[in-house]
Amino acid sequence: MSGPSSNCPNCGAPIKFAWSSAVQAACPYCQAIIIRRDVNLEAVGTVADLPPDASAIQLMSEGFFDNKHFTVIGRIRYEWEQGNWNEWHLVFNDGTNGWLSDAQADYAVSFAVTPPITFPTPLELNKGQVFQLQGAQFMVTHLTKVRYVGFEGELPFTTTDRSEFMTADLRTMDARFATIDYSETPPLLFMGRYVDIEALKLTGLREFEGW
Amino acid sequence: MVAPSRVPKPKAINCPNCGGNIELRGFAHTRSAVCVQCCSIIDPTTPELQILQQFDERLRVRPLIPLGTRGKYRGVPYEVIGFQVRSINADGVEYSWHEYLLFNPFKGFRYLTQYDGHWNDVLTVHGLPAFTTMGGRKAVSYNNVSYKHFQNAVARTAFVMGEFPWAVRVGETNTVDDYIAPPYMMSSEQTEGEVNWSFGTYIPGSEIEQSFQLKTKLPSPQGVYANQPSPYQGKVRSSWRTFLLLSAVWAVLLAYFTFSASNKVIFDQSFHFAQAVPGEHSFVTQPFDVPGRGNVEVELSTDLKNNWAYFSLALLREDGSQGFDFGREVSYYSGRDSDGSWSEGKAKDSVVLPRVPAGRYYLRIEPEMDAQASATAALGMTMNYEVTVRRDVPSTWLFWLALPLLLIPPILTGIRSMAFEGRRWSESDYAPSSSSSGDDD
Repeated sequence: MSGPSSNCPNCGAPIKFAWSSAVQAACPYCQAIIIRRDVNLEAVGTVADLPPDASAIQLMSEGFFDNKHFTVIGRIRYEWEQGNWNEWHLVFNDGTNGWLSDAQADYAVSFAVTPPITFPTPLELNKGQVFQLQGAQFMVTHLTKVRYVGFEGELPFTTTDRSEFMTADLRTMDARFATIDYSETPPLLFMGRYVDIEALKLTGLREFEGW
Repeated sequence: MVAPSRVPKPKAINCPNCGGNIELRGFAHTRSAVCVQCCSIIDPTTPELQILQQFDERLRVRPLIPLGTRGKYRGVPYEVIGFQVRSINADGVEYSWHEYLLFNPFKGFRYLTQYDGHWNDVLTVHGLPAFTTMGGRKAVSYNNVSYKHFQNAVARTAFVMGEFPWAVRVGETNTVDDYIAPPYMMSSEQTEGEVNWSFGTYIPGSEIEQSFQLKTKLPSPQGVYANQPSPYQGKVRSSWRTFLLLSAVWAVLLAYFTFSASNKVIFDQSFHFAQAVPGEHSFVTQPFDVPGRGNVEVELSTDLKNNWAYFSLALLREDGSQGFDFGREVSYYSGRDSDGSWSEGKAKDSVVLPRVPAGRYYLRIEPEMDAQASATAALGMTMNYEVTVRRDVPSTWLFWLALPLLLIPPILTGIRSMAFEGRRWSESDYAPSSSSSGDDD
């Protein structure tokens, strides 16, 4: 899991990517947002401080999902009308990546999937609508207006042009879920399932004073 | 591996309304915190500590588990950080229950609910229950368990204390549907078209007392709660199983006693009797052997028709050491009337003498017929009869008496179980009569 190393185009500090396919990263020294285009690195502003949060997970936390070891290398923070959550960017030891979402200590692991169908636009989408995905019935349960708050670490795409977008949450009868993410056109599809934190055998978690 | 960074204890805030101290326990999860002094709901995530709502102090309710109490619940440490009272209105009567919000920074949130001393452990459900029907009623199915619809109601938040990871408000309502499969319950809560499911498990109050080391005893449960497990659950079935088992044993014993009895004729003789003949009517038979052990049956077969006779009998041991006195009336009447032919009584009868020791015995027989009728009738009353004595006849009447007794436990358990279910469902939307509590429309 060692990616290419280079220098920050803003401050010149050596940057070592933890994941070879990382597209966007934050310079740990000057907080510049670094975007990689082919072999070139480009600085496009500075990362904003993320608001305080109470996630037990942090960058470089490690764990297992389906017996595959992963390291947390990045995070996107989102907000919606009634709260906020983190999408932790995971890189597995086989080089693939995924996401561990933590919404008030409710955990789910998901992976980007090429949409097998063309999804309707958010305006044409209704709660209760059912889609057949990977052989199961997924029902639209929540339509959420999401606001991008910020990021840290390394990401597989750029987030600098993100602000507000819609997501649709779909669920099955057996606690699998899918998210249609309208931050891009055509929309992205993430699929996964809810997990118990113990099952992830996480290490390198944050500590909570008094706990 | 990274050195863990430490999240400091949340700092207490001062109520922007009354200046009171508000302790925080939910770290950055907390989206609303309640000032106990002035009943203001504050959003601690805003720098100015925005007041979301102020509510009537008279609504105050004291939680049974104090806020800040920590306990080890099901092996995981949890802290009570929030408390709310929610109520429904059924036919003008307010029913309220308490909800405790439990928090662990790694495991997240969990709820305990309390109604009339009944407790439920509640978790958020991630999967989607499927709607179905059970016996013509609404039901949901989840993880291969079917839950019967119990109640639909509009729940109103009546009081809040502590802190919550959402913007809580007193007076807020949502539609709640409960589905039960005791000791489990699936509940859906609807707000603005969004449905959230939760899964409850009925737990005894004693478990709460232990988990949170409560100093005071929790109130004992009143009545039967929706998903309270029935003390008869499974017992009806098992008592019928016991019944079947005992019946099988019963049948085997019955067969054994029937087939193992020797049922041997040890005396058989026919006699003629005429009431009009003067003199002593009693006589004794020839002695006969009563072998082995068991009972003795004396059978009287007569040719009586529209007549009766009374037999005074005694089975006497030849050496005079033992005697069994008994009597029998035999009567048989028959005829024909507007309803057709009829008959009453039987021309034969028998007596079983239990446990007659082996030995040589004889019978003393004294028949008697209607003396008055005999006096006027031409030839007097006469009859022919036969006395048959059998040794060790199958005696099964006790067995037949036992059979209905065996039925008592399963039937009683069944009745008790039904009564319990009746009390449970009397609180539901499906109560047999009385309240026309708001069914869904």
